[in-house]
Amino acid sequence: MTKRTVEYQVSRTPELGTDFKPAQGLMTPTELEEPSLLSENMLINVGPQHPATHGVLRLILELDGETVVRCEPNIGYLHSSFEKLAEYRTYNQIVTLTDRMDYLAPLIYNCAHVMAVEKLMGIEVTERCKVLRVIMMELDRIFSHLLWLGTWAIDVGAFTPFLYSFQEREKVYSLHESFTGARITTSATRVGGLMADVPEGWPEGVREFAHGVVKTLDEVEYLLSTNSIHLGRTQGVGAISGEDAINYGFSGPNLRASGVPYDVRKDRPYYDYETYDFEVPIGEHGDCYDRYMVRMEEMRQSVRILHQALDRLPDGPVDVDDPRVVLPTKTDAMNDMESMIHHFKQIMDGIKAPPGECYFPVEGSKGELGMYVVSDGGPKPIRWRVRPPSFVNLSVIPKLVEGELLADVIMVNASLDIVLGEIDR
Amino acid sequence: MTDESQPSAFEGIEGEGTEIDASSARMPEGIEKTHPSIDPLGARFGDAILRHEVSAGDEHIVYVEAERSLEILEWLKDDPDQSFNYLSDVTAVDYGGDRPIQVVYQLYSIPFRRALRIKVELPVEALEIDSVVSLWQSANWLEREVYDLFGVRFRNHPDLRRILMPPNYAEGHPLRKDFPLRGRFSRAEQTRRALEMDADDYYVEAQLGPGREPQLVPWQELGGEPVKKREPDAESGDGTKEEGP
Repeated sequence: MTKRTVEYQVSRTPELGTDFKPAQGLMTPTELEEPSLLSENMLINVGPQHPATHGVLRLILELDGETVVRCEPNIGYLHSSFEKLAEYRTYNQIVTLTDRMDYLAPLIYNCAHVMAVEKLMGIEVTERCKVLRVIMMELDRIFSHLLWLGTWAIDVGAFTPFLYSFQEREKVYSLHESFTGARITTSATRVGGLMADVPEGWPEGVREFAHGVVKTLDEVEYLLSTNSIHLGRTQGVGAISGEDAINYGFSGPNLRASGVPYDVRKDRPYYDYETYDFEVPIGEHGDCYDRYMVRMEEMRQSVRILHQALDRLPDGPVDVDDPRVVLPTKTDAMNDMESMIHHFKQIMDGIKAPPGECYFPVEGSKGELGMYVVSDGGPKPIRWRVRPPSFVNLSVIPKLVEGELLADVIMVNASLDIVLGEIDR
Repeated sequence: MTDESQPSAFEGIEGEGTEIDASSARMPEGIEKTHPSIDPLGARFGDAILRHEVSAGDEHIVYVEAERSLEILEWLKDDPDQSFNYLSDVTAVDYGGDRPIQVVYQLYSIPFRRALRIKVELPVEALEIDSVVSLWQSANWLEREVYDLFGVRFRNHPDLRRILMPPNYAEGHPLRKDFPLRGRFSRAEQTRRALEMDADDYYVEAQLGPGREPQLVPWQELGGEPVKKREPDAESGDGTKEEGP
């Protein structure tokens, strides 16, 4: 058990010396007393229905006074066995499973799944599709971080940033809806392309959002970044060194807050991310405050990528010209024998991937999101595995909170930015 | 619903033009056909390296012997020329039938920006392998998940118990190919078992803190042993034989 130092002033109105500091100084007991033999540990249960656990997460905490002695996360309440279900579905049907995993950034999951299947099949998507997917993924990175920002602010005790960020999220919901017809369960991608081209005016809507969100971020940063309550609650809380963060499998903003500049977009680039001009923000101390700062900066960098992607968005088809994977138009299927056969084969059999396997990591909003597809040549995968970033990030929480105060558990949990749909799958 | 279709059902009608040449997989210019870790691995461990495959163009897979997997992974992590310091994922693949279950390690070297996949094949009747938690802490929950969903036991794992499924789950390991999609028990059997559950079976007397009266706490959450005898089928799925689907 770590001993905590407590500083307190003897007088509420101390006499100030010439240097404007209390003349008597602070009374600082060096350490708390050893817990006596009669001290009692208390078992406290947080969740699974608790507003600060961000979903159906249950934390069993053993406390000595207010200090956490042991933390035991208990997950699985939302288990839907998506990985088993996927073995009974064709590749395009799996897309609908992906956005139910991370409902905070559904488009990233949609894209990651089809990117893995396309790599396995050796399909190169069209340039317009590539840029549109980059836009979709960066849009949802901001979308997910905005939810994190709102709930983070609530957990720290500030309500206003929550309203600001959810107002911006509403705009992304509208963009989702105008593109896919759904606000959360987007299912926007198909193997070889997208479900449809984006509607007219959609890129302009994204650009408008990208301009607006920066102003909101400025306002929220003005409220939070130098707020002394916020600093006191987050600085030095839940710190982890870069070496430990790698060993414990942290990824995404959590890893970068510990000073490790590992970003899948830079280190294992896909979709020409190396040609976009953006920075990877890294932290120094690896505590909650650094994780906050890294995410705030990441949203601004995503806005930069959005602008560059919108500038280079080319015209042209979004689907590859490959009758094996892309459905022919209805007119062709009705009038042309060959198209009808392709249509029939795709609907009845599904798209067949060659035997083999593929692990495709993308930088999700929570961390390294890896899609591992194993095929035996049939239309359904033998094994479909998601490397869940939140799952691995959450497994670190006992290390982060043991020895901290009970109130810090809430901040550490908020700083990890987990989504239980993906942890339980 | 005939959802028990096993992968053999995939051998469907082969249509014209539906075969895809795997060798034509996306291969940008200058992609490395060789991996700098393969030759040193073979030179150092010899027979323990079973074979090497390349999949999806540029993904290198090395099959290693189960007995020496921990030693090989430790070398891959600690050797300064390899430095696979980041364990992305631990998972397993079941191909069904009597084919061995593969345990898959996705390694990544942050300093060298290099990925490598290590696979270990385990026969279905002897699903046991050394845990790598001593090397990478990230393997802790990932190995628990593999144990939960596939039934692979990890030797020397600090806390090997179910993670996604409930601790008293008696139907076996869901991601195995012989596990039907809707579970082994009928809905009626599931209801009957749920009604028969006794909360006292899942509590254990524990002393939380020195000098304190022992109190009842849920054993599965604190790693203790139950007051009453735990059902054997939660471990190995043996109890599933008594009840058909």
